[in-house]
Amino acid sequence: MAGKTLYDKLWDAHLVAQREDGSALIYIDRHIIHEVTSPQAFEGLRLAGRQPWRTGAAVATIDHNVPTTPFKSAADITDETSRIQVQTLQDNTREFGITEFGIGDVRQGIVHVMAPEQGAVVPGMTVVCGDSHTSTNGALACLAHGIGTSEVEHVLATQTLVAKKMKNMQVKVEGDLGPGVTAKDVVLHIIGVIGTAGGTGHAIEFAGSAIRSLSMEGRMTVCNMAIEAGARAGMVAVDDITVDYVKGRPMAPTGEQWAQAEAYWRTLVSDDDARFDTVVEIDAADIRPQVSWGTSPEMVVAVDASLPDPQAESDEVKRSGMLRAYEYMGLKPGIKVGDIPVDRVFIGSCTNSRIEDLRAAADVAKGRKKADSVKQVLVVPGSGLVKKQAEQEGLDKIFIEAGFEWREPGCSMCLAMNPDRLQPGEHCASTSNRNFEGRQGNGGRTHLVSPAMAAAAAVAGHFVDVRELG
Amino acid sequence: MEKFVKHEGLVAPLDRANVDTDQIIPKQFLKSIKRTGFGPNLFDEWRYLDEGYPGQDNDARPKNPDFVLNQPVYQGATILLARRNFGCGSSREHAPWALMDFGFRAVIAPSFADIFYNNCFKNGLLPIVLSEEQMEELFQAEAANPGLRLTVDLEAQQVRTPDGKAYDFDIDEFRKHCLLNGLDEIGLTLQEADTIRAYEERRRAREPWVFAEHVNH
Ligand code: SF4
Repeated sequence: MAGKTLYDKLWDAHLVAQREDGSALIYIDRHIIHEVTSPQAFEGLRLAGRQPWRTGAAVATIDHNVPTTPFKSAADITDETSRIQVQTLQDNTREFGITEFGIGDVRQGIVHVMAPEQGAVVPGMTVVCGDSHTSTNGALACLAHGIGTSEVEHVLATQTLVAKKMKNMQVKVEGDLGPGVTAKDVVLHIIGVIGTAGGTGHAIEFAGSAIRSLSMEGRMTVCNMAIEAGARAGMVAVDDITVDYVKGRPMAPTGEQWAQAEAYWRTLVSDDDARFDTVVEIDAADIRPQVSWGTSPEMVVAVDASLPDPQAESDEVKRSGMLRAYEYMGLKPGIKVGDIPVDRVFIGSCTNSRIEDLRAAADVAKGRKKADSVKQVLVVPGSGLVKKQAEQEGLDKIFIEAGFEWREPGCSMCLAMNPDRLQPGEHCASTSNRNFEGRQGNGGRTHLVSPAMAAAAAVAGHFVDVRELG
Repeated sequence: MEKFVKHEGLVAPLDRANVDTDQIIPKQFLKSIKRTGFGPNLFDEWRYLDEGYPGQDNDARPKNPDFVLNQPVYQGATILLARRNFGCGSSREHAPWALMDFGFRAVIAPSFADIFYNNCFKNGLLPIVLSEEQMEELFQAEAANPGLRLTVDLEAQQVRTPDGKAYDFDIDEFRKHCLLNGLDEIGLTLQEADTIRAYEERRRAREPWVFAEHVNH
């Protein structure tokens, strides 16, 4: 018998029942909740007169709607609909007895930053949240993926999900990453190679020496964008980096249970003879700092490249998508990435708002100034704790001296549900994960980059190769 | 959940790939705490020429005459023809809610994003996968004959044209069963409550830390 992949092991360990029709019931260990995708689920519970199955499995926080300027209570949120969602989550978690890191709590932050930070997610868990970037948590060797609101209700009521096993895909990045090449560049490059539907129907395990060399934060950045490659779940096997990251976190096991847990976690790796349905091999040496130019994350090129020619694309559907993207972005094939002007910069989001990301941006910003042509540079930490840590390291001062704005934690301009947004036609160097039309504000033009590249663009006023900044 | 057995309706073609959930229902409308009322803002940025926000009088807004759903022949459309990777992006169930609220009962495409596909079934919206070639045929048939109507027969797993052409499609047994009968999935799962409890006992013995209670203070 062939060995098992990491995903096979996680799946088997959570299988509650296999049904004859091919579907299965899998157990959910951790359920993370935010204000946007949960109100209808709690309402459903109430209407059906149901109670949560295991309240201890759930952790809630607010992120999508919160302003990133200081506020003290829900009443300070000026947008009425945002205020109602924030208030509704507070009411629902209190009514059902679910832990919430709410307004003013230093643990509040973007769901996918908060959960690993708290040790709410540890290796071997199944983790769900009504948010597609739940895949982030897979960096801890978890089976973690986004679910819809009906499933949020299903998990609340039953602690399980009706699921079907996905296929196994391995994306192997071997070799050493060059200087200035970060986890974000790795994952953008991967998406550029396999496409935004490349991982559809699969759980992706990211492997290879380049992935192993990444910190936990970096692995989270990579797994975060598995969904942009079409895969609901991305994951990385357990190693020392994983174990060291979890140790001492507030909700992580301690004492005797720690030893027991660690011994089990160490088995959470794909067996040598495991079989993957799809394997993609990437040479780390091929990866250069990336900049997305279009309206889909697969429309991405290296910073020293020119924008691609749609006429060279043989697939008609892709070609028409590219033409539409050029029109929306106000760009022309053949121009150099470095010639794209940048109006605003956003450093934040569940992809790149952890301490390591802020350090990388601060490294570039240090002793430099925002270009006059850049209207605004927002730096938004992923959680209250990240913010605190950054301030202890003096990163906030570096940013402020460079003319960047230092904000309160939240999703912010990743999707512009709060007041932070682009104006029509503006180009934004953004460390977020989606460059869809209108994502950062109606008519806004998003370019996905790493934190260092975003800071470099802020300083130069256009995209520049961070490796050449010196 | 609304049942889906068989449906005959007007087809609207949305000829672009990678239609993402931000386009299906832009984020400013996700602030609602309800499941209904999203229809008027379906494809908001393509449908209207101004910027949409919640609580507007949508009838009074300037419409984009070029957008397919604004053209007279597609008024009352209930079946959407789409291209590959439809519904990519976020997990927002507001996307199928908006499509349903607008009046769609089925979306036919060569491929769907996983989470969107899954969410459709929870709401009685049927996503149908046909091959790229079959989709091309349908797009062409529609272009040659705007106002085309199709029959979607879930029982038989077939999409049929008025001139008798039939396209077979695949669907999971469980999902089909739930849709045909409009079943409440939570109710079904709770019938297995004992199995879930037994599983929890086994896990608790093996990985007790997973079940630790953390008090919030
Ligand atoms: S930061 Fe962006 S992608 Fe991440 S959870 Fe928030 S809105 Fe979603």
